[in-house]
Amino acid sequence: MTTVAAPTWSSATRGAWVPVLALAGWGLWAALDETPSPLLVSPAQVAATAWDLLASGQLWRMLAASLARNLSGFAIGTLGGLVLGYLLSQSRLFERLVGPSFNTFKQVSLFAWIPLISVWFGLGDVAKVVFLSLAALVPVTVHTCDGLRGVPPSLLEVARVYGYSRRQTLWEVMVPAALPTLFTGVYLALIYSWLATIGAEYLLVSGEGIGNALIDGSEHFRMDLVLVGMLVIGLVGGLLNLFTRRLERRLLRRYGR
Amino acid sequence: MSRANALPLPVTPTVAASSLPASRTAARSRWREAALPWLLPLALLGVWQLGVVQGWVSPQVLPPLAYVYDTLVELGHSGDLWLNASASLQRVLVGFLLGAGLGLLLGAAMGLSPRLKGLLLPTFNALVQIPVLGWLPFALLLFGIGEPLKYVLIAKAALVPVTLATVQLFQEAPQRLVEVARVNGFSQRQIVTNVILPAGIPALFTGLRLGFTKAWLSLVVVELVASSEGLGYLIVYGRQLFQLDLVMAAVVIVGAVGYAIDRLFDTFERRLQRGWPTGGNR
Repeated sequence: MTTVAAPTWSSATRGAWVPVLALAGWGLWAALDETPSPLLVSPAQVAATAWDLLASGQLWRMLAASLARNLSGFAIGTLGGLVLGYLLSQSRLFERLVGPSFNTFKQVSLFAWIPLISVWFGLGDVAKVVFLSLAALVPVTVHTCDGLRGVPPSLLEVARVYGYSRRQTLWEVMVPAALPTLFTGVYLALIYSWLATIGAEYLLVSGEGIGNALIDGSEHFRMDLVLVGMLVIGLVGGLLNLFTRRLERRLLRRYGR
Repeated sequence: MSRANALPLPVTPTVAASSLPASRTAARSRWREAALPWLLPLALLGVWQLGVVQGWVSPQVLPPLAYVYDTLVELGHSGDLWLNASASLQRVLVGFLLGAGLGLLLGAAMGLSPRLKGLLLPTFNALVQIPVLGWLPFALLLFGIGEPLKYVLIAKAALVPVTLATVQLFQEAPQRLVEVARVNGFSQRQIVTNVILPAGIPALFTGLRLGFTKAWLSLVVVELVASSEGLGYLIVYGRQLFQLDLVMAAVVIVGAVGYAIDRLFDTFERRLQRGWPTGGNR
């Protein structure tokens, strides 16, 4: 069981077996099944739909709309989370005042806020961005607070002995020491806000976006459209993931850790 | 704010007071400690009530506090609360048990066989990138709008963290202990049950807990989109009738149930860690 992988199979090709086989099976099934069903679309049809959307520019428009929302919500939420987390970790008074409320707030399932947000902010972009910022705020706050609290007291003492100012201590001691944890928060925020983007488009139906393509597909029984939408969502999620990992590695290297 | 800012060490101000009426200052500051967390919620509620009384906002946008309270009481009395809460709890439990069970199996299979892991994990990781809401329209077309849809989506939400935690359990097994066991002639099965599992229980539990959190989140989403009973449905129903008191009451209930479950897991986890001496011993 614990033997090393057979040398002829590199790990990349081995990982490709399952998707390739699944794709082949799906294509075969779609080709052999005579009864026309809106649910069983062939891979070729999905590819054709994807190509149509790409060529007409519709896919780019949807993607741009979704990403613009995603990034603005993410930016606002992350910024707010960094500030909130900093205050929570540094001021006992603030922690006592706001901490318990925040902890209660984060227990409420995020999507439960959507109906309230829709009443207060409508169904447009403002409502979506508000929702996305909330989605990003929570993980960033939690991890910023944890990270800054976890800075070893010995480091802080050294900084004090050397007469660092508060600002110097923050930027030259605390932030580098807490960077991995801070990054986990930002990373989670990026994932959550992408999920929330789809959710916002799904539940606050208006305007254009990838989520709306999914709804159209499911309302008109167009499995090909649904599958293309899922593929794009997965791809974007994966790319955001990859991008953040890269950035994290580079930042960590730069701070000499 | 700057007063407490000098050092983030947990030095309580009570310790510093050393004069004779120390006990009284201590009592007072303890009282203040207990009261502080209530300040913000009370202030918010006060502003809310004031806004409603003064007519700054229409009751349709922000219903008076008393309405929300009345609605909560009424929900409890009429039995609607229990009906919908039990529907939701049943869904989340069935979905979670399905997903966590499958996740444990899948994770253990991949953890035990590197070959299977090489075969499956890349596909698994790719599919994980699509969030529950991405799967929803697909599953909607496939399963229709009935109960199976909810079970499948909730199970999927729970499956992912549990599988990953289980795979990790095998990956990060304490190599030294495994080696010792092997030298002592333990069989593969003995190594798994006697060495790897005990060392990994806390991590596994974290995965299960995360799985449940995800399942609860997905439940609300699924019920918001497609259901005719349940706590999420209450929210949608209230929204459609523009009865914001009902929406808020339902949000409060969703939050309270989520909080209660989280506490439960917390207590359980702490007890587990206490009763498991090898847990922290990597």
